[in-house]
Amino acid sequence: MPFSDIDNDHRHLKDIKSEARLVCSRITVGFAVVALLFAVLMFRFYNLQIVNYQDYITRAESNRIQVQPVPPNRGLIFDRNGVLLAENRPSYTLSIVKERTPNLEQTLKVLAELVDVGEDDLSNFYKGLKQRRRPYESVPLRYHLTENEIAHIAVNEYALEGVEVEAQLVRYYPHGELFAHTIGYVGRINERELSSFDDLTYQRYSGTHTIGKIGVEKYYESELLGEVGSQHVEVNAHGRVLRTLERIDPSPGKDLHLYLDIELQKAAAEALEGQRGAVVAIEVATGGVLALVSTPSFDPNLFVTGISYQNYKELNESPDLPLLNRTIQGQYPPGSVLKPMFGVGGLETGVVTPQWRIRDPGFYRLENSDRRYRDWKKYGHGNQVDLHQAIVESCDTYFYDLSVRMGVDRMHPLGAAFGLGERTGVDIPSERAGIWPSRIWKKAVRGMSWFPGDSLNMSIGQGDVLATPMQLGVLAAGLAARGVMHEPRVVEFVGEEKTLTPPRITFKAREENWDYVTAAMEAVVHSPRGTAKISGKDANFRMAGKTGTAQVIGIAQDAVYDRDKIHERNRDHALYIAFAPVEKPQVAIAVVVENGEHGSSTASPVARKVFDIWFTREAERQAEREQEALLGLSP
Amino acid sequence: MKGQDFVRRLPDSGHHFKSATSIWRLIHLDPLLLLALLFISAYGLVVLYSASGHSQFMVKRQLIFFALGYIAMLAAAQINLMFIERFSFWFYLLGVVLLVLVLVIGVGAKGAQRWLSLGFIRFQPSEIVKLAVPITIAAFFSARILPPRFIHVLIALGLILLPAALIVKQPDLGTAILVTACGLIGLFLAGLPWRYIIGTVIVIAAAIWPMWHFVMHDYQKRRVLTLLDPEVDKLGAGWNIIQSKTAIGSGGWEGKGWMKGTQSQLDFLPESHTDFIIAVLAEEFGMIGVLVLMAGYFFLISRGLWIAATAQSTFSRILAGSISLTFMVYVFVNIGMVSGLLPIVGVPLPLVSLGGTSLISLLFGFGLLMAIATERKRVTV
Repeated sequence: MPFSDIDNDHRHLKDIKSEARLVCSRITVGFAVVALLFAVLMFRFYNLQIVNYQDYITRAESNRIQVQPVPPNRGLIFDRNGVLLAENRPSYTLSIVKERTPNLEQTLKVLAELVDVGEDDLSNFYKGLKQRRRPYESVPLRYHLTENEIAHIAVNEYALEGVEVEAQLVRYYPHGELFAHTIGYVGRINERELSSFDDLTYQRYSGTHTIGKIGVEKYYESELLGEVGSQHVEVNAHGRVLRTLERIDPSPGKDLHLYLDIELQKAAAEALEGQRGAVVAIEVATGGVLALVSTPSFDPNLFVTGISYQNYKELNESPDLPLLNRTIQGQYPPGSVLKPMFGVGGLETGVVTPQWRIRDPGFYRLENSDRRYRDWKKYGHGNQVDLHQAIVESCDTYFYDLSVRMGVDRMHPLGAAFGLGERTGVDIPSERAGIWPSRIWKKAVRGMSWFPGDSLNMSIGQGDVLATPMQLGVLAAGLAARGVMHEPRVVEFVGEEKTLTPPRITFKAREENWDYVTAAMEAVVHSPRGTAKISGKDANFRMAGKTGTAQVIGIAQDAVYDRDKIHERNRDHALYIAFAPVEKPQVAIAVVVENGEHGSSTASPVARKVFDIWFTREAERQAEREQEALLGLSP
Repeated sequence: MKGQDFVRRLPDSGHHFKSATSIWRLIHLDPLLLLALLFISAYGLVVLYSASGHSQFMVKRQLIFFALGYIAMLAAAQINLMFIERFSFWFYLLGVVLLVLVLVIGVGAKGAQRWLSLGFIRFQPSEIVKLAVPITIAAFFSARILPPRFIHVLIALGLILLPAALIVKQPDLGTAILVTACGLIGLFLAGLPWRYIIGTVIVIAAAIWPMWHFVMHDYQKRRVLTLLDPEVDKLGAGWNIIQSKTAIGSGGWEGKGWMKGTQSQLDFLPESHTDFIIAVLAEEFGMIGVLVLMAGYFFLISRGLWIAATAQSTFSRILAGSISLTFMVYVFVNIGMVSGLLPIVGVPLPLVSLGGTSLISLLFGFGLLMAIATERKRVTV
């Protein structure tokens, strides 16, 4: 054999004993090394398990235990009769934990074959990835998965590490467009909102992906949100939750009960259908907003999970401005609807009396001026126009005269007392203040001093005057309540708590003066010469109202308004304020119909429809109350 | 032998012992070695059950391999060592041919080609080489005058590095290191002069730089780098070692209890039933459990070295010493790597990790040790 034979010659030279000693000594060295190595290992384990035990046990615990936020359920929103207007619906959401996904692009590719993932979903997803988030926080990719899609994902789970299907509650607005401007909507928290959060707020929103963006949802965000809970869960290395160790339940957000009445809202929206405009209905006794409609509207549900670029572009670029909440952001020249206010102010200050009459040739001319301030009626309202007639027929000349004698320094406080030029303070964000001019205002903004002509324009709600429909609604309610002003409120109850709208009396007038003006306003609706007589037809209740027409474009001195020559968008706006019933007003309404031309023909019928529904329902409620009372009496 | 003579002179007190000894001699087994092996095997099965996620299948599989392994051990114990010594070169040649075959027609997994398929069974030729190399080295030097001359050292190095290089090619760095180690241990036991050893250490120290830049694969470099600072790549290469250290450290003195280790049961620990099984043991049985296992190993190796020291021939001494010390290398490399002392090279914990053919070859080696322990005094010419 190769090894043994070659050296056979030398075998006699082998000193067996010394070789054995040599090998044995090497074995001894080997044993020493073995002992040394075991000592090294024992020292190592002593170091890991005894010396640094605390470090490693802590690390092992933080490995397996994760603290997860438990989002609270957002408060629900109801109308005054308990009809649900905003709810939370369970929805299956597909989300991805980037840290657990070995190859994000690959995973997205696989997902795209299993479920329908659109461009917008992807761009929203990437946006979400870029935002500040906790490590291992999932980022939603698709909402509202279908049963089928869930099944597809479940089958391919092995190839989709880091992909989760979560049951989430997603805000839903069952009535869609009807309340879009009032209730608003929630949407994904964006980068700007996120960066405005302090640490405490950031904490509150852990686990919550959405926030109120506009409307009541935004105004009452803090109350609706609730308090976040948390749970300690045991997870394995793949992030799968094995069990919950400890849980602090979230406390749900408070429910909101609104003053709004869905039936009134529907009636107002239907009445305005196809037109651009706004309706504000206010409960006279409380300042509660009963209906708040701005048309055209939009579907708020589109925004909840992230609106697609296409849809948003369409809404944003529409000439009809569906995203504009006209009730609080639309500013219109109020036109003649201010006349009752000037009427009661004129009587109270003594500038006019019930007996005071003027001659109206169809225009008014200031002293020392050639300029004619025209009445809307070409040849005037006659030679004996008193305040009553001036309101009923909306005589401009009468109020030109009144304004000259009252002067801006008394006109301005009068309007201010009824809330003009100031935000009403309604509980919807982004309200605009309108303009109620004064000498100071004109100097500051226009850099000019006040001219008598400015007062003339102001008296018929033109010139610089601008007001929102909400302001006009508040004015109508103020006239109905005879100077008692409420801050308007959309929400009546936050949870169990009633929202406070302490009434203020900012304008005092004698009862007979109120009676006089109210009677004139009643005649606007119910007398054959009233400008809103069309809306008073066959009514079984008495209304008081005032129409208004606001010029959109200025008309030259002697030009005649010719509707056929004016582009539809430049036609006059139609306005109307009213309250009813006259004897004991319950509801005050303001209506604006953009380019509706005449308050009488387009705006006042809208108010009538709302009143009709209100009184029908009031009768029903009355009958119910009586029945209940009867049942209570005979048990 | 003198000892035996001494025993014969005290028949009353020694009768029992003598007859017991003769039974063990008859079946060619060393009772102490067997006891240590059975103890570690049983202990390992307990840990494996927990580490495999309570898999009866894995435990059964391991039991089957243990059965085959102990049969192989029994068989090896019967082999005449003279026969092995004489045919060692052919044994060696067979190993090398199979290694070449692996590279040509082998089957693989995870990018490495390590297996030969015989249709009904697959095995790793490197397992044969693990035994062939120490046997060959022992035989080679037993036929030479010791301490070895330089030319013989060179030949021996060639015999070691040829199969090692073939295994590196598969690539299987862990096994190549072990094969090289057991060959070098044989060389050392044969009386390799200290000046060579010291000289080599100096040369290797000087060679680290070129090795790093021209020889090592990227994945090997990364392993070394993450060993030095595993925190750098927490979710990537450093993950394994961070998790295993956490598992070990969190076990503390008493451990978290059998099947209650959070790191192992919740899958934070990688390869928990194979290479990293010591971390499971450390986590669940604590340092006490680790010390018990180490005591078992220490006893086993000591007994092996004792057998080597008292063996009948130079061949037997070198072979027994190689087998015992190589076993130590397995133990140290595995425990060292899991506890973060050494780079992760993929060496299982002997007798404890889930193993297949490696378990059989390991126990076959212990069979040879037993053959040596029970060998009759050789008749030398």
